[in-house]
Amino acid sequence: MTLTGEFFAFMSLALVAVIGGVLLLNLTKVIHMVVALVFTFVSIAGIYVLLSAEFLAVIQVMIYSGAITIMMLFGIMLTRHHGDEAEPKGGILRKLALLLGVIGFGAAVYFGIYDLNFEAVPNTLHENNTEQIGVSLFSHYIIPFELTSVILLAALVGAIVLARRDDDKEGDQE
Amino acid sequence: MSSVPVSAYLALALILFCIGLYGALTKKNTVIVLISIELMLNAVNINLVTFSKYGVNPSITGQVFALFSIAVAAAEVAVGLAILISLYRNRRTVNIDEMDQLKN
Repeated sequence: MTLTGEFFAFMSLALVAVIGGVLLLNLTKVIHMVVALVFTFVSIAGIYVLLSAEFLAVIQVMIYSGAITIMMLFGIMLTRHHGDEAEPKGGILRKLALLLGVIGFGAAVYFGIYDLNFEAVPNTLHENNTEQIGVSLFSHYIIPFELTSVILLAALVGAIVLARRDDDKEGDQE
Repeated sequence: MSSVPVSAYLALALILFCIGLYGALTKKNTVIVLISIELMLNAVNINLVTFSKYGVNPSITGQVFALFSIAVAAAEVAVGLAILISLYRNRRTVNIDEMDQLKN
């Protein structure tokens, strides 16, 4: 592992991503959690650039840092949060057990990947990345692509139907 | 080839996945649970893109799959938030402990 620019870029991006995730767990206000998450998403976009997936990096910034974060903010601001969720007294033991479980899971997976190394195969992913994705999407994966559009349409219609205000029943509560 | 080993990318994805898992299991606010699930999906996407470049057989397929995963995650957020707002309108709560209508 030599000290190159790629290594420094990876380390700083990974650090920002992990710090964003830890802040997500530790901050108390919901808005602050979402803002911490934006750091993680943008860092992951940088990781994608390092992995020669420029198109995915742009998609990550647009979809996650833009659209999904704004939608989460709408979800937060359309609901009311009382008292910044005071932690229950009896939940400490449960949280500790969950923490141990998650750490155990992480350790088990880490033992599987820590010395993983494949032989270097030269690839051309960085040349015309978007064109390669487009060619692959419309030649090999055309049926999943169309199914994705059906899923998005169904999600759009379902979201509108679910979140629509029922005028006769709910009008007097507001 | 690269100065960053494959296991470093996979370890970063593992750490983010564990953070998301812990958040999804412990947080009481439903919006934060949804956000934690997004974090886990992002970790999986990092794995897909890593294997797309440094795997045994590098190809563009991993990136295409990550694209599908992002699209499905966006749809999931839309429906999840719609369910959240609908529940909030009926029950006046976003606390995930109190969403127990299916229990009775």
